[in-house]
Amino acid sequence: MHPILNNSRRLLFYFLGGTPFAAAIVYWLVHTGEMTLSAAVLMGVPLNLLYGFMCLMAWYPCRAMPFGKFDFSRILLTHLVGALLNSAIWVLAFKFTAYEISGVFPGLDTRLSKDFPALFGAGVLSYLLAVASAYIALAIQASQEAQKRAAQATLLARDAELRALKAQVNPHFLFNSLNSISALTSSDSAKAREMCILLGDFLRRTLGLGEKAAIPLDEEMSLIRAFLAVEKIRFGSRIHMEESIAKDVLDVQVPPLLLQPLVENAVAHGIANLVDGGRISLDAHCNDSSVAITIENTFDPDAPPRRKGGVGLTNVRQRLTARYGNAANFQVSKNGDVFRVALTFPAEREARTA
Amino acid sequence: MTTARKIRTVVVDDEALARQVLREFLGAHPEIEIVAECANGFEAVKATTELEPELLFLDIQMPKLDGFEVLELLGTDPVVVFVTAFDNYAIKAFEVHAVDYLLKPYGADRFEAALGRAKERLSAKRSGRATAGESGTGTDEDAKAAGAAQASPQQKAAELAAAARPPAQYLERIPVRDGTRVFIIPIAKLDYIEAQDDYVALCSEGKKQLKQQTISSLEVALDPSRFMRIHRSYIVNVERVTRVEPYAKDSHVAVLANGAQIPVSRAGYSRLRAFLDR
Repeated sequence: MHPILNNSRRLLFYFLGGTPFAAAIVYWLVHTGEMTLSAAVLMGVPLNLLYGFMCLMAWYPCRAMPFGKFDFSRILLTHLVGALLNSAIWVLAFKFTAYEISGVFPGLDTRLSKDFPALFGAGVLSYLLAVASAYIALAIQASQEAQKRAAQATLLARDAELRALKAQVNPHFLFNSLNSISALTSSDSAKAREMCILLGDFLRRTLGLGEKAAIPLDEEMSLIRAFLAVEKIRFGSRIHMEESIAKDVLDVQVPPLLLQPLVENAVAHGIANLVDGGRISLDAHCNDSSVAITIENTFDPDAPPRRKGGVGLTNVRQRLTARYGNAANFQVSKNGDVFRVALTFPAEREARTA
Repeated sequence: MTTARKIRTVVVDDEALARQVLREFLGAHPEIEIVAECANGFEAVKATTELEPELLFLDIQMPKLDGFEVLELLGTDPVVVFVTAFDNYAIKAFEVHAVDYLLKPYGADRFEAALGRAKERLSAKRSGRATAGESGTGTDEDAKAAGAAQASPQQKAAELAAAARPPAQYLERIPVRDGTRVFIIPIAKLDYIEAQDDYVALCSEGKKQLKQQTISSLEVALDPSRFMRIHRSYIVNVERVTRVEPYAKDSHVAVLANGAQIPVSRAGYSRLRAFLDR
């Protein structure tokens, strides 16, 4: 989209801005050319408008040859040739017009022609000025677009995060936990109270997390432990959790509730389908500047199909990409009766706060 | 005395605490006898087949088989009360098919209401069965007419399961019962399905398994991009069809990868042709 041609207001201002140039041309035609004022205006203004229009066209080759993609010398050469050609055409137009009307103003073309080199030089300079302006306009356009894209990306990321957080407290988990508490109230009231407290603890930890962009891995882990403490009452001895977490990853910043949905999945689609229970293992360590986290769980390959599929995994993948882009990696694999999710992402520590 | 007869009840839930709630609430009713508690789908099928309960409390999400699969495999026709925590699609299906259900966590009021309704259904059933038994003059024709008017429990179970399935989700496997044993046939291993009266024969890996279900109710549950009804009595796995050959005048047979020849009706032929020529 041409920044001036496609905007009638800007086009008007552009040609109004050309008035001093037109005045200079008219002055030259009257003084050097010895023309009457009205004839000078009649000849000078259209020719000036013509060149104004030709300079506007400079935007197109500029757009086609952005800096960075082409050699600077090639760009310079192209526009220099453009300037010489355009200016030459313009001067020729003057020469032709002067020749045509030399019947009315005898000797006009010879009087004017001694100033043609200066006119040619002015034309070249004007064209090059137009080229420079076109590059500035293109740069402004590009930065505006980049800003728009960045704003859109943040919006998407926030959106994904919100959806993820909404999905967090899984109603299935909540209602089943409440049902377990309901069972315990009559058989083991102390245990019922314990489960109420554990559930409350987990819910409280998830609450304030919506506003935070990242939390230390340590905090995410205590959230997972609070979640599993509730599930362990529901599933009894069916859950076996193994943790292997390197000390140097505890302070790494992670998006909140990044891993908890994965552990929740491991319970809902792994443990819950295994009559004799199963194992969940979580491994986290640092490789140079990136964090590698693996969550594995056993599952029954012959389990009934899941009633609602894979929302948790998609969410985690989206949030990882929203935050780290290509620097993050997310892989899901099945091997026999082991389900495995592996993620790697850059290790960011508290020092750089967002 | 029929009034003194206890209601034989089976409780199915994989969580011990969830079974405990049911046991506690049922304990207040001396007319209820819990004959079995099951923690997964296989156990549930085995217990209901052996013990023939009249009342069944059934969880949906369980190991081995889910509640709907259990229901489809029941040989008998107990009154069923589904018990679930949260499942929008299932609840809609229960409403539409007038199936009783309890939402966890539930209180005594809600439980009593569901049990009361279940007992009403049960006594209606008992008296229905008594009159049928007493009349004793029913002919085969009568039985057939009754069967046509009322769908079989398996048929109703299949319809309920189809209604409870989330949209755009097709059957991934078909459980089949042989006595008290359950076999799972993954959809990918299915070659073709043949209707046989009230049954369907599921043909996979050279074996045929019978299941009490109509071919039409199975057809709607299968992914239409993988399975096609090519005849009144046949559904075929389209990936297995190697070629279609003319057979007598006006009819064709589909030849499968394993050499089996399946009749193709005229309407089935144009559909199959359109698919294979794509």
